[in-house]
Amino acid sequence: MSEIQSTCCYCGVGCGVLINSRNGRITGVRGDPRHPANFGRLCGKGQTLHETVDGHGRALYPELRLKRSEPRQRATWDSALEHVAARFADIIKKHGPDAVAFYISGQLLTEDYYSFNKLARALVGTNNIDSNSRLCMSSAVAGYKATLGADAPPTCYEDIDHADCMLIAGSNAAWAHPVLFRRIEDAKAKNPDLKIVVIDPRRTATAEIADLHLAIQPGTDVALFHGMLNALLQEDLTDPDYIAAHTAGYDALKALVSDYTPDFAAEVCGITTEELLTAARWFGNSRAALSLYCMGLNQSSSGADKNAALINLHLATGHIGRAGAGPFSLTGQPNAMGGRETGAMANLLIAHRDLNNAGDRAEVAKLWDVPAIPGRPGKTAVEMFEAIRRGTIKAVWIACTNPAQSLPGQDAVREALAAAELVVLQETYADTETAPYADVLLPAAGWGEKEGTVTNSERRISRVRAATPPPGEARPDWRIVCDFAMLLEHKLHGHASLRFAFDSPQQLFNEYRELTRGRNTDITGLDYATLDTKGPQHWPYRIGARQGQPRLYQDGKFPTADGRARFAAVAYKPVAENTDTRFPFRLNTGRLRDQWHGMTRSGRVARLWGHAPEPAVTLNPADLARRGLASGDIVRLESRRGTLNVIAAADSGVAPGQAFLPMHWGSRYLSGAGINALTLPVIDPKSFQPELKHCAIKISKAALPWRLIAFGTPRDGDALAQLARVQAWLPEFEFASCALMPDAGGVLLRAAAGAAPATDVLDAIHALLELDSGDVLRYDDPARGNARRVCIDGERVVAVCLSGEGGSESWLREFHAQGLPAAALGSLLLAPGTKAPAGAVSRGRIICSCHGIGETAIVSALQGAAGDATARLGSAQQQLLCGTQCGSCLPELRKLAAAAMVAA
Amino acid sequence: MAGMRTIEELLKLAPELYDITVFGTEPHPNYNRILLSPVLAGEHTLQEIMLNDLDWYAQHNIRLHLGKTITEIDRIKRVVIAGDGTTAEYDRLLLATGSNPVLLPIPGMNLPGVLTYRDIADTENMIAAAARHRRAVVIGGGLLGLEAANGLKLRGMDVTVVHLAEWLMERQLDRTAAKMLQDSLQKKGLRFRLVTQTAEIVAGESGNVAAVRFKDGDSETADLVVVAVGIRPNTAIAEKAGLHCSRGVVVSDTMQSYDPRIYAVGECANHRGIAYGLVAPLFDMAKVCANHLAFQGIGHYKGSLMSTKLKVTGIDLFSAGDFQGGDGSEDITLLDPIHGVYKKLVIKDDKLIGSVLYGDTVDGAWYFQLLREGRKINDIRDRLMFGGPNVGDARVTPSELPAHV
Repeated sequence: MSEIQSTCCYCGVGCGVLINSRNGRITGVRGDPRHPANFGRLCGKGQTLHETVDGHGRALYPELRLKRSEPRQRATWDSALEHVAARFADIIKKHGPDAVAFYISGQLLTEDYYSFNKLARALVGTNNIDSNSRLCMSSAVAGYKATLGADAPPTCYEDIDHADCMLIAGSNAAWAHPVLFRRIEDAKAKNPDLKIVVIDPRRTATAEIADLHLAIQPGTDVALFHGMLNALLQEDLTDPDYIAAHTAGYDALKALVSDYTPDFAAEVCGITTEELLTAARWFGNSRAALSLYCMGLNQSSSGADKNAALINLHLATGHIGRAGAGPFSLTGQPNAMGGRETGAMANLLIAHRDLNNAGDRAEVAKLWDVPAIPGRPGKTAVEMFEAIRRGTIKAVWIACTNPAQSLPGQDAVREALAAAELVVLQETYADTETAPYADVLLPAAGWGEKEGTVTNSERRISRVRAATPPPGEARPDWRIVCDFAMLLEHKLHGHASLRFAFDSPQQLFNEYRELTRGRNTDITGLDYATLDTKGPQHWPYRIGARQGQPRLYQDGKFPTADGRARFAAVAYKPVAENTDTRFPFRLNTGRLRDQWHGMTRSGRVARLWGHAPEPAVTLNPADLARRGLASGDIVRLESRRGTLNVIAAADSGVAPGQAFLPMHWGSRYLSGAGINALTLPVIDPKSFQPELKHCAIKISKAALPWRLIAFGTPRDGDALAQLARVQAWLPEFEFASCALMPDAGGVLLRAAAGAAPATDVLDAIHALLELDSGDVLRYDDPARGNARRVCIDGERVVAVCLSGEGGSESWLREFHAQGLPAAALGSLLLAPGTKAPAGAVSRGRIICSCHGIGETAIVSALQGAAGDATARLGSAQQQLLCGTQCGSCLPELRKLAAAAMVAA
Repeated sequence: MAGMRTIEELLKLAPELYDITVFGTEPHPNYNRILLSPVLAGEHTLQEIMLNDLDWYAQHNIRLHLGKTITEIDRIKRVVIAGDGTTAEYDRLLLATGSNPVLLPIPGMNLPGVLTYRDIADTENMIAAAARHRRAVVIGGGLLGLEAANGLKLRGMDVTVVHLAEWLMERQLDRTAAKMLQDSLQKKGLRFRLVTQTAEIVAGESGNVAAVRFKDGDSETADLVVVAVGIRPNTAIAEKAGLHCSRGVVVSDTMQSYDPRIYAVGECANHRGIAYGLVAPLFDMAKVCANHLAFQGIGHYKGSLMSTKLKVTGIDLFSAGDFQGGDGSEDITLLDPIHGVYKKLVIKDDKLIGSVLYGDTVDGAWYFQLLREGRKINDIRDRLMFGGPNVGDARVTPSELPAHV
């Protein structure tokens, strides 16, 4: 067995991992105790990374089709790349370089990014290269650039330990950045005087730690920050010296925020004036105030302004450039930062150069030894797919991202993919929502199989290392790009230069490093050897430096022409699509604790399904009641762009008039085009980021009286293959969802329709669940549309299908999940109703995914323990081990402990 | 059985009203014919199935003529005459002549070793044959045939059941239940030839039966052949007496024939076009008939729903009502292959009209009650399959049940 140091490929915290492998197979993963992002900690997702690598759904061989109507066939690398190069060359010659586009990913490594960037701008000659970071970080980029002069978070994780006021805005870090949140919890435990303000329309798990939760109306952040600044001014809590010495544009901002009185701002935000004033006073009076913010600010039609307005507060109070102080944008992807640094977005240029600046373009052209870098602006993600749909972009190369799940306005996106002349997909997994649209599939090496570097939220560059070779014929992304580039260069220019003759990611890194010389991202002092010996390093890391720079702007000098930061006098603008009588609900989107993005990776891990086992929209209980809905009902969500049927659930943390839908559910797990069938493709004019966090919808009970629930453990044990077969059936039903089950290797299908389907459909579902052979108990009342099947293997329930009446689902699931002896119950297993025959005890919702502990056991342990909530929690943890591994469930455990105190 | 049950009922109502004389062809007092199969199977003795012994007749001042068959009814003189010349006058005459086995119109039916299955003598003959012989063929895969086959198998014979229809007990079971029954019986060692028509019963050198030959040309060797292909109401004397008969003595709702002094009950009677061959209706008839004989006149027989149980140890089988369904009816089925349980309920107009239970007949009584009551079941339909206690409906206790044949 060997253990390799690498980096987690989920969120932007950038935790170090140690990958165990044996005989060329990745067998385990643990937190790297030496990595400064996590010091050995990992969240539930990180801990199960090794379970995402193998199995059904990996892209193993190049595949190619010459006609859309045909399925792709396996091809050789040579023929696949030759085909793509010929098509690209042809399209470029006929329609110009802007007729092709590259849509890449914040999950690529810096070296991959660099190769794509060079391919697009230096060889093809287009700026049509954008990253899915457009959906996640581009507002942060624009906000930083507009105020601090450059896209650089000035802070580091250590600042969490030094802050005495923390503003967590539009971030559910407890679920989205769990390891970082552990650090916040530690800081709070060490310093009870630390004031934490959470700004979020929802009362999230993160809000549980808050001293003050500002449940503002969606999209009102700018008004809130201006109102806070107004209060800071009124109460003389600004830092005039800092403002005078290091900033510009203050007067204009002051004039603007004079309109945003605390009363006015509080009213706009839907909070009390007192709450706003408390937040402002804590911020202004603190010794060091740290803001942590994420998609709530970024995914907005005024995302850049929201970022800038928050940064205004830091500049006005001088809470920047000091330990514990500063505006700290958290990144959602492992290498969103690397993408920004390498300029792999349509409106950026390498090493934070400006695409609009002819001098910057000339400089890059010189370094790359090409005549010119094109000045025509490239298409950003949403615009790119619109251009594909209109036919101005003919060919698109998609790498490591899943636009048929993640882009807003899915109907139009899918239309675009179908309309493109050529879709190339470079992917680790062949089963994404986008894959069916691909004419060419290029199998890419994934986590644990490739070498390179990533930059996390705190500007820290970590090495990513391979523990095993890639499976099948998969290749590292940079290698695919360089091989293709050489072929394309030959076709375009009749010869190949040495521009893409790279043999290793290290060569790419070194070339990229040269382009950072003298820039704010300067890493000329850094190489692989340094990273190997000294571990992860912050940028900038200039030549001759002994270490990187954890904090920026300590000298108050900013990367602007005059060295001063700029205040952004930006007016509050409401959300792009307001509610009205037809679409009265505000749809908010966000993350679940144990899933990530489109679930291409996390969805493969059964354990990660325990916490949120099925897709659901959460609504305030009062809204449910008012609409005559109940938890578990299937509801129809409709926006001006599309519809989605999904199960409703109650959450008092969701404000009345709002609805929350996790961003993860795409058409692999739901019938329809997924959550982004609803969302709005309106983009921020400054950051070009779409407003994924808000759109107006209506909610009605779906008239789908016929129901089906089917689940089971496939006999061959291959749950992923079974899941894929189940997924093929989702489109057949008006509502359908599927899931892996955290226990017993099971797969679940839930469906609903207006009427019972034809017998052959039901027979097919039974066959799918292997309910057509073996010891299968059957109950059929076709006149009522009721059919039930329970398959027993030995003593255990191994598969179940209930169509029509399905009240017995809950206890049958317990029999299946817990492997309870069931055979003796015989036909009682077919009985209707929610009351289980003796022997089935529900574990409740899985709270601790690491140890598979359900709510029932936790509540009973908490109630059985003595003392205060903390003591009870300690006792329950000792007894059940819940929350002792990754700790992601601690906010929920504390909530349960508090509830147990109330009950006692 | 039907006749004596009527007498018992009558004695309860009006013990002093009649001088009662009973004629019986068999040399025994009345016994529970239904339990002949357990006797054949060795699970009961003959003594155990006797219902009323000679003392009982004496106690109730009933003249009993055993081994005497009435050959003539003089309706003018109101006298019955037995084959041996014994006569008895009557004010009221009760016919309970039962039924005769149907014989096959094929050669060899009269050979030694060819039996039907009707009474104690048949049973004793089969027990004797099983002790001497090895191979038996039972013609007829209905209730009686299977009980006979099972009994013979238990007595050590190799038994093949020959059946004309596609599945066993086709008048009581649907195909699924019949298949499960066949599987169980095959596990017990019985062999089956379905969809098979007998052509001839062949004699051996001894003159005894030696084989059964089929229309398809195949044959089975046999030392004993039991023919159990059905029953026919025994109406010989009734017809002779000029009573209107049509597959049974045609009776009114008070069990009276076209001669109002003459009643008929049991398998010999045809009530509203049906001649019942099962025991529960006989008991219903007996009650009505006794009521009328006792001059109470408030009992009316409206016909019975039939239910069937097979008396083969280890096989639980229940069938009642219209289990085949048809236009406008809806089936609910349940299958538990692990425990060998199959249940089918037939619903029409929100009422239970029939059921077949195999492997678990506990709820048979409850279904039978629902069937007879004709109550709407739409409110309990989803739980109906899972039995009385699960529905929260009062369950029938066994003592209230009709004894199922």
